[in-house]
Amino acid sequence: MSNQLYGPVDDVAQQAGYEPDHPPRMGFLTDTSVCIGCKACEVACKEWNGVPGTELDLLGTSYDNTGDLGANTWRHVAFVEQAKPRRELVDLGMPAMGPPGGQEAEQPDQDLRWLMMSDVCKHCTHAACLDVCPTGSLFRTEYGTVVVQEDICNGCGYCVPACPYGVLDVRPGDGRAWKCTLCYDRLSDGMEPACAKACPTDSIQFGPVEELRERGQQRVEELRAAGIDEAQLYGADPGDGVGGDGCFFLLLDEPEVYGLPPDPIVTTRDLPSMWKHAAAAAATVAATAVAAFVGSRR
Amino acid sequence: MAECHPVGFQWVMEAKQRGAAVFHVDPRFTRTSALADAHVPLRAGTDIAFLGGLVNYVLQNELDFRDYVLEYTNAAAIVDERFRDTEDLDGLFSGYDPETGSYDPVSWAYADATAAAAAGHRDMPKDGHAGSASLAASPERAGAGGPAVSAKPHQDRTLQDSRCVYQILKRHYARYTPEMVERVCGIPQEMFRKVAEAVTSSSGRDRTTAWVYSVGWTQHTVGVQYIRTAAILQLLLGNVGRPGGGILALRGHASIQGSTDIPTLFNLLPGYIPMPHAHHDENLDSFVEDDAGATGFWGNMKAYAVSLLKAWWGDAATEDNDFCFGYLPRLSGDHGTYRTVLDQIAGDVKGYFVIGENPAVGSANSRLQRLGLANLEWLVVRDLQMIETATFWNNAPELETGELVTEQIPTEVFFLPAASHTEKDGTFTNTQRLLQWHHKAVEPQGDQRSDLWFYYHLGRRIREKLAGSTDPRDRPVLDLTWEYPTEGEVGEPSAEAVLREINGVGPDSSALSAFTELADDGSTACGCWIYCGCFTDEVNQPARRKPGSEQSWVAPEWAWSWPANRRILYNRASADADGRPWSARKAYVWWDATEERWTGHDVPDFEVTKPPDYEPEPNARAQDALSGTDAFVMQTDGKAWLYVPTGLLDGPLPTHYEPQESPFTNLIYGQQVNPVRHVYRHPANRYHPMPTERGVDVFPYVFTTYRLTEHHTAGGMSRFLPYLSELQPAFFCEVSPELAAQRGLEHGGWATIITARTAVEARVLVTDRMRAVQVQDRTVHQVGIPYHWGPNGLSTGDAGNELLSAALDPNVHIQESKAATCDVLPGRRPRGPDLEELVRDYRARAGITEDTGITTGRVGTEGTASE
Repeated sequence: MSNQLYGPVDDVAQQAGYEPDHPPRMGFLTDTSVCIGCKACEVACKEWNGVPGTELDLLGTSYDNTGDLGANTWRHVAFVEQAKPRRELVDLGMPAMGPPGGQEAEQPDQDLRWLMMSDVCKHCTHAACLDVCPTGSLFRTEYGTVVVQEDICNGCGYCVPACPYGVLDVRPGDGRAWKCTLCYDRLSDGMEPACAKACPTDSIQFGPVEELRERGQQRVEELRAAGIDEAQLYGADPGDGVGGDGCFFLLLDEPEVYGLPPDPIVTTRDLPSMWKHAAAAAATVAATAVAAFVGSRR
Repeated sequence: MAECHPVGFQWVMEAKQRGAAVFHVDPRFTRTSALADAHVPLRAGTDIAFLGGLVNYVLQNELDFRDYVLEYTNAAAIVDERFRDTEDLDGLFSGYDPETGSYDPVSWAYADATAAAAAGHRDMPKDGHAGSASLAASPERAGAGGPAVSAKPHQDRTLQDSRCVYQILKRHYARYTPEMVERVCGIPQEMFRKVAEAVTSSSGRDRTTAWVYSVGWTQHTVGVQYIRTAAILQLLLGNVGRPGGGILALRGHASIQGSTDIPTLFNLLPGYIPMPHAHHDENLDSFVEDDAGATGFWGNMKAYAVSLLKAWWGDAATEDNDFCFGYLPRLSGDHGTYRTVLDQIAGDVKGYFVIGENPAVGSANSRLQRLGLANLEWLVVRDLQMIETATFWNNAPELETGELVTEQIPTEVFFLPAASHTEKDGTFTNTQRLLQWHHKAVEPQGDQRSDLWFYYHLGRRIREKLAGSTDPRDRPVLDLTWEYPTEGEVGEPSAEAVLREINGVGPDSSALSAFTELADDGSTACGCWIYCGCFTDEVNQPARRKPGSEQSWVAPEWAWSWPANRRILYNRASADADGRPWSARKAYVWWDATEERWTGHDVPDFEVTKPPDYEPEPNARAQDALSGTDAFVMQTDGKAWLYVPTGLLDGPLPTHYEPQESPFTNLIYGQQVNPVRHVYRHPANRYHPMPTERGVDVFPYVFTTYRLTEHHTAGGMSRFLPYLSELQPAFFCEVSPELAAQRGLEHGGWATIITARTAVEARVLVTDRMRAVQVQDRTVHQVGIPYHWGPNGLSTGDAGNELLSAALDPNVHIQESKAATCDVLPGRRPRGPDLEELVRDYRARAGITEDTGITTGRVGTEGTASE
């Protein structure tokens, strides 16, 4: 089968060995344009999955006090508080668009923006965490999601540096790796994941990935038509470095603004060529050795 | 709204998606501002100036919805010639008595109307503290039933008469120009115009604008008038009684609306029937005569009151004994929270039930609250967690300063664990008046019990103890209808049986279906007349959960809303005088001439067969006295009131006054503050100097208190939970970079915030979201203080409410917690007696005495009733 480690894949579950009648690939579209930073997703996730609380610490990073995705934070709401970047538009002399009253003088307050984004495991098409897991604890489910089985994980931690997003983490005092399961148990009972269920503004939308991609694209077009030119989908492209994410985002600016890697690449992409190079090197070493012995006999 | 009502904010986001423009008016840039089209920052405590500016913009540019204004408001009514406006008296209305700090509203009435007479009927309390007029206008009396005025005041429908409401309004708000708004509120004129244009262009036949407010409007010494200003604006623009319009009050807790409808307030009975007064309401007939308007639906108040008495006292309530009217408790003055707390300190209160509140850290001037708690015989606290109100004897800050000593506190504290909403059946009534049933999901554990269980069994045991008593004072308790089916091991009373009792039953003991069936002869019983119909057909209507996709867009089969399952009140106003929708786009309820009845998407808020051209007979009463265009059916004159001829204590028109504590003089009038606000002279409740007084500079900053999404009010439901505590783990204050630089505050470090009451310490968040505003050509910095904390639980810290004074709105006795002044120092606060010394030093520097800040207004003192 082609594109085992890199490149677009039509059916990730089938690639993982499920029969063709498996359920469609499921995921999240997290639309940050309607996220109000309420953190209901963080709490619902912890409640449903029994994730331990974190240490109480006022981080001083706006209203974010859980810091990052980790073994004990499977949903994390980032708060980006900054001056609105000024993007000078070239005046084409077209009729002006905008709110009633026409073009107004810049108000100082309008220079401020406060972006919120609920981050989560991306459930990549090419999940390096899964590729490097030596025990088979990490596996691909019939929904195309990537789940850690806590009773199999041996705590080797290989998956931690493998993840291009820094999602995987080992729980202190426990030793095992933990992350979002896309509420595998709820999905099996026909329920949506806890975070999506709790989201009051439907910023977190759950559904078949195909459908979410279309919905996301449509929303991007709406926002751009409304003048938000930087609106973009992040992680929805099957041609990207991880073969597209099962959980992707609608952002209002470049991914770096939210602390997301702009061009993530599955860390195992180069595995075949690495093995090829290693094999070539081994062959060279062997050949050299053979040559040396052969030569010495002369 | 996104901060404190995230679930409701989904509808704002949906409206935005459908093209609505969203403006957020707030001193702070919050999560709501982040999602709004524009944030309009203003100085805390100046909203009447801002809203008055909008009213002026509408009137000066003649942008009012004239057909609507003429038909449905009192714009054309002629006011008594004795009336003098704030224009004439530099910020006061006619009738002000500086001695008592109150108004005699007799001159505010409609010309030649019976309003004055109606007010005059109301006699004087026998203690002679308050005059008859202030009693008549007192919300303890009239806030509920609506004050009575004559059904048909003289009118000038050309709106040209200089004494008509429209002209008075126009003169009153003429000062509220965009320039004035800028100088008072700090809102740049460009921004103000942008809002004004958006609001006016989105109102009219085809469009409506909605205003949404929360305690940021109510918690002021002029809180009621904030809402009134919005009401004037909405009425001028025709945005009331129509889809997409209205003024939406977001309540502070789940079911606060319910606890107003069936009140936990001292001055109301269920369904907004006023609580009778000790000296005034000798019998049912005089009570009804004075409080019910003779016209409008309040004309049936006797039926509502008798049915209530029948629900409470059943067979014991007969026509011969005035339906046990004498059993009702009586008002003898102000029994609001702050008055009660002062009475506690004075030793006049023996016992105190605290249910689902945490006054030790959750009420303004928390120290005052704790001093009251520490001077009782007994205190019962029912809560989910061991909150500060239950542990004040053990960890109040006053123990550290030495002001209180545990061993010397006489209060015996009973803590009773409560069941949460998931552990009991019952209803929530939301801001839309929607009763929504919730089912018990899990059994409460251990000793946790529902409130219903607690009160039912407390009553049952008291009745057992009193059984056989011949003392007449025990009759009200012994005669109560107290039979409710119980279930389970603990004997949980059936919440559904209670709901059915609230709904009411007719002579055949079957559930009533509408309040129009209520009678005044004792044949019906109803626990709350506005809730009548919630158990129609013996079905629990609030438990209905038909999905929106399976019914009309008004969704009448989702739960049940009072009254009569009506989703928009006064919806007769959604049609024009002839009963036709104002526009196809905004059609809601209309007159069907062929069927000769009102119909539409909602339950019409009008008698369904009363035609638009109906004219009442001269001596008609109740709803029969209202014409076919009198859309505001609860009002005695059927009109929405731009001008309030009677019923408010602080004037017929909203007027900008500065907060009790403000660094600025009132630019608009000579009168600085609300002249009839309630202030209390008490050593633990000192006020800051007025801007004209020496020492005002000692407290140079404005602060405002608020909530965060992650915590719930005073923290009882959130600070004890790890998943919520980690999200906001510590008490912090928010300051601008400029203020941080001015005072040497470090991001993430500590700040000490000081007022004349006390000082608290908070972690510092330096953020661009806090912005200085330019006011009266000066820069003023604002400090943001979320108030969730206290010493108990996981996420701990000082309580922001410690900083506040008790200065109250006179109408509803709510404290001014949204705007006050303070100083800020870097670092942590002193400990022990040093803390008191720091605050004493500040008071001395500011020259604060017992008279500071108490220039005018109704002053209550230590230990004596203020009225």
